[in-house]
Amino acid sequence: MMTATSPIIVLNQVNKTYYVGKNQINALHDVSLSIAPGEFISLIGPSGCGKSTLMRLIGDLEQPSSGTLLVKEKTPSKARQDRDYGIVFQAPVLYEWRSVRKNVELPLEIMGYSPAQRHERATEMLKLVGLGDFGDSYPWQLSGGMQQRVSIARALAFSPSILMMDEPFGALDEITRERMQAELLRIWSDADSKTTVIFVTHSIPEAVFLSDRVVVMSPRPGRIERIVDIDLPRPRDFTTRELPRFFELVTEVREGLREHS
Amino acid sequence: MGDHDLSLPKYTSQSKSAAAQLMARLLPVTYVVVGLLCAWEGIKALWSINDNTLPHLSSIVSFFGSRSQGGRGPLLVYQMLVNALATFGVAFGGFVIGGMLGFLLALIFTQSKLLERGLMPYVVGSQTVPILAIAPMVVVGLGQMGSPDWLAKAFIAAYLTFFPVTIGMLRGLRAASSEALALMHSYAASPVQIFLKLRLPASLPYLFTALKVAATASVIGAIVAELPAGSSMGIGVVILNAAQYYNSRPEALYAAVLIAGCVGLVFYGIVAAAERLIVRERRIEA
Ligand SMILES: Nc1ncnc2c1ncn2[C@@H]1O[C@H](COP(=O)(O)OP(=O)(O)OP(=O)(O)O)[C@@H](O)[C@H]1O
Ligand SMILES: [Mg+2]
Repeated sequence: MMTATSPIIVLNQVNKTYYVGKNQINALHDVSLSIAPGEFISLIGPSGCGKSTLMRLIGDLEQPSSGTLLVKEKTPSKARQDRDYGIVFQAPVLYEWRSVRKNVELPLEIMGYSPAQRHERATEMLKLVGLGDFGDSYPWQLSGGMQQRVSIARALAFSPSILMMDEPFGALDEITRERMQAELLRIWSDADSKTTVIFVTHSIPEAVFLSDRVVVMSPRPGRIERIVDIDLPRPRDFTTRELPRFFELVTEVREGLREHS
Repeated sequence: MGDHDLSLPKYTSQSKSAAAQLMARLLPVTYVVVGLLCAWEGIKALWSINDNTLPHLSSIVSFFGSRSQGGRGPLLVYQMLVNALATFGVAFGGFVIGGMLGFLLALIFTQSKLLERGLMPYVVGSQTVPILAIAPMVVVGLGQMGSPDWLAKAFIAAYLTFFPVTIGMLRGLRAASSEALALMHSYAASPVQIFLKLRLPASLPYLFTALKVAATASVIGAIVAELPAGSSMGIGVVILNAAQYYNSRPEALYAAVLIAGCVGLVFYGIVAAAERLIVRERRIEA
């Protein structure tokens, strides 16, 4: 769904090389990609193809070896200072000494929200991810899937304009997973100013169901193999998964993945 | 993260009554004490060790119950507890001074790799210098400079305590995972916020482990500090006196050692209790 408006994220010939001892790992090779504001983009590809690396570059948690990267026409560093990013990491990364509620409130504390605002937002977000009754629990008392939902609530709490999620539903069972997908789409479309989502996943149906575009990547060196436009109508719900077009798109993505393995 | 689930059942013990919980904790200790007492008298009887080498337990107990100054003074156990309290005071002072110094050093070292490389050898080296040799220098030296007696002694205790705190705190301040830090960076948190909301809380388990070591070390330091001339109070003085009369009254030295051990135990217990209060929301092993 590329619109006429100028892109929110632009990557131009971005390379990332890691040096491990004498070895060079070409984690990303000549990656160019433009993402429109409010777009829902999925990154899919085999393990080690650089999906997390790409996310970390955009989020200014790592610097590209070469190439240019602009976010809202700023450097990623400026965008980070402006608190444009909400990140859900591959692991939940909860602070074990904080209750679930306090974990969700963490970004709000740092960004200077008042205690009342924090409480209200955290309550709202926890309800959203189905953990309304678990605010006083501690992370170690939750299952892996519940912990990941806390980390999603935490990322959403301050309504960032760019939401980056690294396999957020990987630890969830199929039923919860589909519920969370529908929930995520609802949050994404409900937001007053549309959030741009970059979503990493290993699941082809998940990528197709959620996205406007699916970026298929391949490893060694990590690069973009093809980009599949997902022209399924929105709003999407469980009937979307039964459309013939859904299956066509799933097949198309699968073929893209197979091309280089 | 996943392994957390496995230990959940541990916490069902919270439903037990407080009294039952206390019993469950005291029982193993009681067994060990009874076992030790039996071993003591058993060994003594088996090898027929004379009373001067290994006194009867009963004579140690009755020593506590006897009075000083030929029967007119206060109970010896009371006198020893007063001395123990003096030692505890010095140890506590040293614990606080050493703890703050250790904390500060760890903080400086995390800020500057250069300072760490430059100073760490001296920090380690300081612990290999025999404390028995330094104690008179510091106690006498500081005393001549007009420092109160207890403070001079507390510095000796601090000399032993700052080291474990430096090492433990250094490890603790580096304990936050790179992902936990990345999360903070993604919020554009300030260095102070990162310290207060991540590094410090993440370091607490390490800090308390170090403080427990420091608590017992500070008691040793305090006792050693009491040995050089001039002290009138403290377990160190009691030990010194008892050692002089060991041939005629061995139970006095055993009694003093017992009291010294108790001071260490109590101090350790206080730190452990503080840990349970402050780090209460975490699962504490053992
Ligand atoms: N900090 C690092 N140092 C060295 N090599 C790294 C580092 N981070 C990632 N790599 C390498 O870069 C490549 C891409 O890693 P990345 O984590 O981006 O993969 P991914 O697509 O997210 O994989 P997965 O699906 O398993 O999460 C891998 O070969 C990895 O070994
Ligand atoms: Mg990854």
